[in-house]
Amino acid sequence: MKIHEYQAKELFRAAGIPVPMGHVVTVAEQAAAAFDQLGGALAVVKAQIHAGGRGKGGGVKLVKSAEEAAEAARGMLGQPLITPQTGPAGQIVKQVLVEAGTAIDRELYVGITLDRSLGCPVLMASTEGGMDIEEVAATAPEKILKEPIDPEAGLRGYQSRRLVYALGFPKASRKAAAELLQKLSRFSLEMDTSLVEINPLVIDTEGGVIALDAKVNFDDNGLFRHPDVVALRDIDEEDPRETQAEEAGLSYIALDGNIGCMVNGAGLAMGTMDTIQLAGGSPANFLDVGGGATSEQVKAAFKIILSDENVAAILVNIFGGIMKCDVIAEGIIEAAREVEIGVPLVVRLEGTNVERGRELLENSGIDLITASDLADAAAKAVEAAGVAKV
Amino acid sequence: MSILVNTMTRVITQGMTGKTGMFHTRQALEYGTKIVAGVTPGKGGSSELGVPLFDTVAEAVDETGANVSVIYVPPPYAADAILEAAGAGMPLVICITEGIPVVDMMKVRRALAGSETRLVGPNCPGVITPGECKIGIMPGYIHRPGRVGVLSRSGTLTYEAVWQLTTLGLGQSTCVGIGGDPVPGTNFIDVLEMFQADPDTDAVVMIGEIGGSAEEEAAEFIKEKMTKPVAGFIAGVTAPPGKRMGHAGAIISGGAGTADEKIKALSAAGVTIAETPAGIGAAMAEALKEAGMLARSID
Repeated sequence: MKIHEYQAKELFRAAGIPVPMGHVVTVAEQAAAAFDQLGGALAVVKAQIHAGGRGKGGGVKLVKSAEEAAEAARGMLGQPLITPQTGPAGQIVKQVLVEAGTAIDRELYVGITLDRSLGCPVLMASTEGGMDIEEVAATAPEKILKEPIDPEAGLRGYQSRRLVYALGFPKASRKAAAELLQKLSRFSLEMDTSLVEINPLVIDTEGGVIALDAKVNFDDNGLFRHPDVVALRDIDEEDPRETQAEEAGLSYIALDGNIGCMVNGAGLAMGTMDTIQLAGGSPANFLDVGGGATSEQVKAAFKIILSDENVAAILVNIFGGIMKCDVIAEGIIEAAREVEIGVPLVVRLEGTNVERGRELLENSGIDLITASDLADAAAKAVEAAGVAKV
Repeated sequence: MSILVNTMTRVITQGMTGKTGMFHTRQALEYGTKIVAGVTPGKGGSSELGVPLFDTVAEAVDETGANVSVIYVPPPYAADAILEAAGAGMPLVICITEGIPVVDMMKVRRALAGSETRLVGPNCPGVITPGECKIGIMPGYIHRPGRVGVLSRSGTLTYEAVWQLTTLGLGQSTCVGIGGDPVPGTNFIDVLEMFQADPDTDAVVMIGEIGGSAEEEAAEFIKEKMTKPVAGFIAGVTAPPGKRMGHAGAIISGGAGTADEKIKALSAAGVTIAETPAGIGAAMAEALKEAGMLARSID
């Protein structure tokens, strides 16, 4: 789960990690008041959307007066912000953060994410703050320092000292920097984060160490421990079909092809998408109905797939293990009676009670194309989608 | 012979009295698996499905001499269940539970480092030696005893592969699901090593997916250490970056973990790659044929 920058900064503040003073506002006039309240000569107005690259899309503006703050906010609020990560339609800005300006001496990068090979979190830090860190990793990997974090103990004292020296913190800032790194590692473990990123982490002209930006993503599996974090969720930032699928207990990801897919199991769902592509088609979505789907879920899955107007054919691929083929067949039949499918439907069933399942489908009178195996199913779906398109 | 589980395996089910635990315990018993005890705190002294229940794993082990534990405990309590089994000295723990927080698994991994306990999973279908012992949620009937080892990060995709092997007459020695989580107890290399050492496994099918670098590391191992033929499939050629494809571990992030890179690494290591899941059985048959071993593995 993702949250907004201003929410991440509130969590940082509570964890004792220094962030600039700021106020989040929803109308332009409030931005002017926020500027005055901050009382400085300089402030930054930052659009609050989940996608990164906001600066590149004009979503971060430096302002020198209350009027300028209001004007910057007016230019962002209610407007779509297009960044390299939002897609061409952009994302509507509903809130902006008005933040006190910081006199920056140096910019660094700090991030914590899982190192899968080590099986523990790793803290990454670099003197190349403010840059796209993936680009730094690709062009100058030696500039990224890494320390593994013990999942029980957190970052050790010597590890934070080692980083602080290697990153060249001035003497007056070392203690604050080491403390920040330790707090950040504890925050990451205690809050079940999947990613924490401060880019840039700055040293101001007085030697203070401040998180100028904040990005925090959470491990969905750990959210049951953090109802306060769940409350920060912003559904407007998510694909409505993905949210709808999640509510029905399905896993759905929208793609840009025209063959809707309904499959049981994540690996098989991906494999089915790959097979469609190899057969010359293009999948419209990833959809995993899970290991024990009910006919209600199958119905919900059809509705979600069909809400994508690009869909020209649907491929159902079920390998019934624990999930029985006759149950799936009943779900398909019920769904076809309730939901107007309106596009060619290709069904491939295999596994437990497959004979009974096929029989049910055949006798149902529903217009569908049956397939003998996965390759056959993909070929038939591609053909049907092509014909339907014409 | 086989790896990990066989006719000597004596299993306890942790979380047996829950809906999932009960269903799959019944299925395993029907398959012939020796389930000797169930563990559900508070239910000790009673029994279900003719299997005695205990409050703790330690008691169950003392009373029954069990040597494998399978876990169906819900995610918030699953990490503790794994540690309880390890604490009772269980040599093999198979965790089926999906949705365990990553931090919990990192702590489990740290606790198990250097211990005698091997963890398979979590978020996996389990382990089966066809005709001998089925532990987990896979449908038993699609398997047949034989000489091909199967290992996979995915559940239903494994069933698809196994079914094709069975249809082709290629039976399986053991099928191991290592699970779709980012911090698994057992990785590809651990199982490849076991299959390489097992005299009754002729060849291996390995099924991977996007995310992480476990497949690339396995490719290194195959190149250096495996003499047996390996066929493989990697799911997710069409998966977009930055989107988690169902499994917690199946995500392309920062340009790493793509299917193309994994396929390239495995091909370079001599693995016969199936382009689609529909071709996994055929890829194995081809690899065996090239090695001149097809006749021996088929029946």
